[in-house]
Amino acid sequence: MISITNILIYSLFILSISKMSATRTAYKGNILAIIGMSVALIFGLISIKPEYQIYAITTILFGGITGIIGSQKTSISQLPQMVALLNGFGGLASGLIGISESINLTQPNFLQIFIIFTGCLTFSGSIAGFFKLSGLIKISDTETLHSTSIILLILSIIGSFYAYNGEIEYIISFALLSSLLGFCFILPIGGADMPIIISILNGLSGWCTTLVGFSIENSLLIIIGTLIGTSGSILTYIMTKAMNRHLLKVIFAPLNQHKEDTSQHTEQDIHKGTPQDAAFLMENAHKVIIVPGFGMAASGAQHELGNMANLLIQKYKVDVKFGIHPVAGRMPGHMNVLLAEADIPPEIIYGINEINPEFKTADIVYIIGANDTTNPLAKTKKDSTIYQMPILEVEQAKRILFVKRSLAPGYAGLDNPLFYEDKTLMLLGDGKEITKEIVTNLENDSK
Amino acid sequence: MEIYLIDILILSGFIGYFAIWNVTPLLHSPLMSVTNAISGIVILGALQSLNLSNNLFTTMLLLTAIFFASINIFGGFHISARMLKMFKNKDKKQ
Repeated sequence: MISITNILIYSLFILSISKMSATRTAYKGNILAIIGMSVALIFGLISIKPEYQIYAITTILFGGITGIIGSQKTSISQLPQMVALLNGFGGLASGLIGISESINLTQPNFLQIFIIFTGCLTFSGSIAGFFKLSGLIKISDTETLHSTSIILLILSIIGSFYAYNGEIEYIISFALLSSLLGFCFILPIGGADMPIIISILNGLSGWCTTLVGFSIENSLLIIIGTLIGTSGSILTYIMTKAMNRHLLKVIFAPLNQHKEDTSQHTEQDIHKGTPQDAAFLMENAHKVIIVPGFGMAASGAQHELGNMANLLIQKYKVDVKFGIHPVAGRMPGHMNVLLAEADIPPEIIYGINEINPEFKTADIVYIIGANDTTNPLAKTKKDSTIYQMPILEVEQAKRILFVKRSLAPGYAGLDNPLFYEDKTLMLLGDGKEITKEIVTNLENDSK
Repeated sequence: MEIYLIDILILSGFIGYFAIWNVTPLLHSPLMSVTNAISGIVILGALQSLNLSNNLFTTMLLLTAIFFASINIFGGFHISARMLKMFKNKDKKQ
């Protein structure tokens, strides 16, 4: 009986993931996963001792309601931090299972110790990610945190030997040490590296499930955990590839580590434009490519951007395309979700490889809050942190409209030579406000 | 027993590998959110351990684990549904 439900559950989950290959079927994929989870929960509840059932059901209901209310209250712009937070709770659950298994077994083995370690690390790392993404914590002193992490790592390794004895006090202290380690470890990592970190943590929560599966000899947990673990690992690989950064470098050499670029440029060196100029230039263009980055997410400009694209296409018959860098934003695919929210059709959204040959023929590139992913220094400046990172080749376009809050460098702490080029018009200010004004101009101008 | 579980691990790794590379980059965020919710399956581990729990402390720990795993599951699926709905609606219009 159990094995038949197991087959049903993992088949549903595998099918669910394969439905994510196209936007058309993805929603169904989520429903399949929900069915799989419901079957799993029902059979899980049936198989436990009757005296525990009522407690378990109540707890699940409480947790479920909390989860649904919490995610209902989350706005689309808060998605990355919510994903991080939920991921942390999964890790916490594994960690707690590890602790209770260690205590129950009287003599824990290597596996339980490892579950406690990875579970607590995933939990606290995700919580650190959550704080960073929601802007609740800003880190200036990364070096202290780095040395603290190293001390904590050594302490955790020592602690793991003590925890091995099975004494409750040692096990709990070990869990706390691992949690502290995860927190200090993730906190100094730069915002631009967040897509990589979120993918790693996503994968880790899967591997935790696998470990729990080994510990309690449950093949279903091993299958599902491994599926998720591979998913997170592949996303990590795609993200590090897109940034051309080695994984170890992301963790040990954060981008924004006191790397103030000492460029001598001032505001006089740039050409400042107004939204009127931008509207005028774009309505007379044949082809406009829009490049959104984290700045669009931060200012919540996606709806205005959608209106702008719509007006250009409908009223002025401009060929409009969106170019998206894989690591733009704070999680994999972040920009795509925001553009979907603004009802921008997926046919005009292109990835880096498809859009790069198009810049040569583009009249205007409209860059909104994407500094590092368009920075030509990635090609030339050997000592820069983004050297050899594949970029969107916006410098090939005839004119560049650069929307940016200020002239401050991006997350990589690098100045962008594009700002000072003659063909660049800088639109300094809030991305949403500026795009809104452009839309108003586009509406009022006569064709 | 151990060997057979490792076989399962390796084979699932391969399935995951091929399934994930098929996912369109457009949907990487929802994919992460769905897999995140699915990882809440670890709740089964907590339920299974509950049967063997022999003192109040571990029972409380496991119930806490069940609580957080349920937040993960329900919140994760709900947020994935919200994300995917935006992609779905757009598809219908064309």
